[in-house]
Amino acid sequence: MKTQMNSLILRTTGHFLLPLLLIFSIFLLLRGHDEPGGGFIAGLVAAAAIALYLFSMGIKSARQVLWVDPRNLFGIGLTLAVLSGVPAIFYGQAFFTSQWWPIYLPPFGTLKLSTPLFFDIGVYLVVVGSVLTIVLTLAEAEG
Amino acid sequence: MFLILQPLVYLILSVSLGLGFFRLVKGPTLPDRVVALELIASLTVGLIAAYTFFSGQTAFLDVALVLALTAFLTAIAFARYLEKGGQRDD
Repeated sequence: MKTQMNSLILRTTGHFLLPLLLIFSIFLLLRGHDEPGGGFIAGLVAAAAIALYLFSMGIKSARQVLWVDPRNLFGIGLTLAVLSGVPAIFYGQAFFTSQWWPIYLPPFGTLKLSTPLFFDIGVYLVVVGSVLTIVLTLAEAEG
Repeated sequence: MFLILQPLVYLILSVSLGLGFFRLVKGPTLPDRVVALELIASLTVGLIAAYTFFSGQTAFLDVALVLALTAFLTAIAFARYLEKGGQRDD
């Protein structure tokens, strides 16, 4: 039984929509702290992008384009999110207190490196990993 | 001019939403309902875009974008389901 739909329109759309949606998800991820966005919704957009690719290209190509097992993403994300709480301890503050390290980069302005950013990246990876684990497993069970 | 335009746009979109909802409830077959859901999603995107235009809150445009993406995915998923001969209670 085929997992792929043989539609030229869908295949073409899947091809050029995937990079655009991944860029959009990263945009949402990085904007998240003060404005709408953040790790969760960005992760959902990225997972939707891969799911779209899965529907148009089939399961093998979807696994190839992801290049890591989604379960590994899950673990890496959770580790990153927990580790983002650690630096506060060395400043004598409570666990998970936000730390900000603004870095001045001459041509671009200031890069506000912070622990909430790493926490959000962790959430992003957990959401992508868990949603894609579910979607890919279901698609494989479907045959 | 916006004084007339704003209520008019909202009225037209709301009436269309109502008609779409009617088709969703009544629709004799499953494909009818899928198309009605797609119509409702598109109208919601239009409603959000209109609200963004009239209020100047540009952050809502991202909501419209994500909603359009998920609606597209839903339509494809339903099409797959129907193509594979999924269960349908017509």
